[in-house]
Amino acid sequence: MERSLVMVALFAALIAALGLIPPVTLGFGVPITAQSMGVMLAGCVLGARRGGLAALLFIALVALGLPLLAGGRGGLGVFASPTVGFVVGFPIAAFVTGLVMERLRSVAVFPAALLSALVGGVLALYVPGVLGLAFVLGKSVPEAVLLVAAFIPGDIAKAVIASALTVMLAQARPESLLSRG
Amino acid sequence: MLSLTSPVETPYHRIPTPLKFAALALATLGLFLAPQLWVQALALAGVMALYAVGGRTFLAEGWRNLRPLMWLVVLLAGWHAITGAWASGALIILRMVTLVALATLVTMTTRLDDVIGLVTRLTRPLRPLGLKSGAVGLAVALVIRFTPVLTDKAEALRQAWRARSARRPGWRLLGPLLLAAVDDADHVAEALRARGGIPEGE
Repeated sequence: MERSLVMVALFAALIAALGLIPPVTLGFGVPITAQSMGVMLAGCVLGARRGGLAALLFIALVALGLPLLAGGRGGLGVFASPTVGFVVGFPIAAFVTGLVMERLRSVAVFPAALLSALVGGVLALYVPGVLGLAFVLGKSVPEAVLLVAAFIPGDIAKAVIASALTVMLAQARPESLLSRG
Repeated sequence: MLSLTSPVETPYHRIPTPLKFAALALATLGLFLAPQLWVQALALAGVMALYAVGGRTFLAEGWRNLRPLMWLVVLLAGWHAITGAWASGALIILRMVTLVALATLVTMTTRLDDVIGLVTRLTRPLRPLGLKSGAVGLAVALVIRFTPVLTDKAEALRQAWRARSARRPGWRLLGPLLLAAVDDADHVAEALRARGGIPEGE
């Protein structure tokens, strides 16, 4: 019980800390931050319920006014901005990632984590993200997809790294992989 | 570092927290229901006047918090210039800036303790569903403490790497960071259990 709570808090903090790493700029000028990789990791390592709670705790703290989003953003303003869907999508993404991970218990860790991170951390994150963008900006959904398409390759790269990290954790601290506990 | 609350004391700091949040919710709803350009422009001017009351330092701080929004304003303006939909573009940009500025104003003028207090009060009805307010408070405190610990660890790892290699570390440091963090979590969990576990909350 204590361990669950501390791990949830730890991964919420990890999502925050990854957002503070300076963004890497891709070849064609799109900045990518490591923040959503923290969301993928929370799902892969903690599983659906605890991973979702970690991401929920993180966005609750952002709403309370802590500048924890990538670029030092935070506060209620985030929830009025066009990227609201991606922020609200964090807990959904972590939950879906964990759900897929738990279903793939019999598969080797790397392919299971990669598929989970792609389905949860990319697909399940972009659905609310694009809908939020379309709603706040009054755009059609295809137009909104066009606005964010440049970020998708970066997110796929993050899914690969998150899976590699999950494999490392599974080898070094197998008891910490709560999604398979 | 871990707060957006402004150290500049403004009259808004003294308004009760629930009142500020209710006003923000009403203003947000109102602006989404108003399609007239002049209403939106007036609202933005009003919010700017609200910021100006706080004085020059406060204004500069507010600008710093809102600056990340500006690349989106440029992007949107460019998009609407291409499609030729000037009126709807102006409406969307005005509304976005006004709402984000107003919400940021509430965050800047409310102390973190007061916001946590409001959340605790609002989540009290959820207690029969099994939400322990003690656990929520503890989790919040743990995240606020863990975040700087993790960034310090990351910095230490980065310096150790730079002392040994001219290449950039890239994502290679994330593995050791994750391991160190998970080991820390185990120690904290043991320490919590040794001290009587998760508090019940009042």
